[in-house]
Amino acid sequence: MSVLVYIEADNGTIKGSSIEAAFYASQAAKGQAVTAVVTDKLEDSAIGELGKYGVQKVLKVSDERLAEKPVAPIATAIAAGVAESGANLVIMARSSLTDAVAPRLGIKIKAAVASNVVALPSQEGGEFVVKRSIFTGKAFVDVALKGDKKVITIKKNSVSPQATDSASVDIASLDVNFGDKDFSITLKDVKKQEGDILLPEADLVVSAGRGLKGPENWSMIEDLAKTLGAATACSKPVSDMDWRPHHEHVGQTGIKVSPSLYIAVGISGAIQHLAGVSSSKTIVVINKDEEAPFFKNADYGIVGDAFDVVPKLTEALKNA
Amino acid sequence: MKILVCISHVPDTTSKIKFSDNALDTNGMSFVIGPYDDYALARAVELKESHKATVTAINVGKSDTEPTIRKALAIGADDAIRVDAEPIDAFFVATQIAEIAKSENYDLILMGREASDYNGGQVHGMVAEMLDMQAIVPCMTLDIDGNTATMTREIEGGKEIITCDLPFVAGCQEPIAEWKIPNMRGIMMARKKPLKVVEAVQPEVLIETKSYELPPARSNCKMFTSDDMASLVRALKEEAKVI
Repeated sequence: MSVLVYIEADNGTIKGSSIEAAFYASQAAKGQAVTAVVTDKLEDSAIGELGKYGVQKVLKVSDERLAEKPVAPIATAIAAGVAESGANLVIMARSSLTDAVAPRLGIKIKAAVASNVVALPSQEGGEFVVKRSIFTGKAFVDVALKGDKKVITIKKNSVSPQATDSASVDIASLDVNFGDKDFSITLKDVKKQEGDILLPEADLVVSAGRGLKGPENWSMIEDLAKTLGAATACSKPVSDMDWRPHHEHVGQTGIKVSPSLYIAVGISGAIQHLAGVSSSKTIVVINKDEEAPFFKNADYGIVGDAFDVVPKLTEALKNA
Repeated sequence: MKILVCISHVPDTTSKIKFSDNALDTNGMSFVIGPYDDYALARAVELKESHKATVTAINVGKSDTEPTIRKALAIGADDAIRVDAEPIDAFFVATQIAEIAKSENYDLILMGREASDYNGGQVHGMVAEMLDMQAIVPCMTLDIDGNTATMTREIEGGKEIITCDLPFVAGCQEPIAEWKIPNMRGIMMARKKPLKVVEAVQPEVLIETKSYELPPARSNCKMFTSDDMASLVRALKEEAKVI
């Protein structure tokens, strides 16, 4: 199947999740052509990296207005990439941008759309089947996508990308006829914490809850996260009380994460919180209540006071 | 101003999910308005008061969803539409909503960022594309002045402030408004509010459900003491191989 992958960059670097998407695309292509569309500013040398993950051709869309990552024009640009490459399958790593782009693109190119896909497709017997995470991580469903065109968005850690040596990538520019209304949203301001590891991208996450007693006690969580190179997250009550910003809230109505390691400090493990983290590979729970439900959904646990355990864990990591 | 709020009918978020005969086992399950849709509805009802808006709730579902629709009416929607069909997939649902919106000229089409059951998060974008409108997702604040709305949209690691002229679609999430609990007067009035049942249009469905499964349970939790963090670090390195 001829495949197109949408590549997102941040500050001139390809996002880790997009590398995963490129590798996913080349695996799903089964030897057929893999084309990438790039709408962010990226040097050709950075784009070359995609060759190691199986991308043969890159279509670059250069338009200053796309720097703000507007949804509708990027959907139009990817649709143009589909037309140019003749791809049947479009792969995107989930992000706040692609979550919004995928359904628009699906309508534009008349495709079956599956979001939240967690593994490579099965293509036996001419049927294209993907596994989706549903009920906020509490279940999975296998769905067959019919028709000539398909769009899927993949969850983090759906594949483990492996680089190869072959790295020749053909880079071409793609002209796009944007729609009249594509740019009808005006960006007024962006409030972003710079320098932090982005939570949905993070492979390691340190999360804390009400057990921390107050926002002033977060420095030990930040120390632990920094030592690990992890992102910080929090439970819903913590973001509701404004101890931490909403974009750190993990759970049923917050961000869903699937990192390799999730460390939960002072979070009891309500079903709504578990829903957002259950697809993490390894879960470590630190709680002073040995009856906390989170221990039943953890791989490693420490019963103890966060104020005692967390600094000791940080110290042990530094010494290791 | 005319607002359409799209309501999903989903299992309560505390439900234990199980399947039987290759379908969701709804035995003993209680159903609610999708938690994100509930935020959208709450904001719509606030706008009704501040901007003299009328609020129509729409749901795609069979008659078993009517108690959920009545709850939306009790919370403050003025009338409701039920498209009489199983909500097969996002494209099917979006097609129904767009079909109705085409003739009704809503100024705002609000819904949750996703339904909490199948987590597709596609209906807003599809409806918007079908109607040639913008979709703002996830929308965390929404204020309207004249014909222009100012919104906060969550992005990775922060948020952006944007403006967009009406009409448009927004997929909402907290803290756009506080969930509203219907009061007795609302519940009484809801019984008399119009609930129109319409037939579904039949688009070509491109997604076929094959099978469901539950995630594997985690093996027993291995415990450590706070004085032995070196062992935990070793386990993370050598056993779990995650650091």
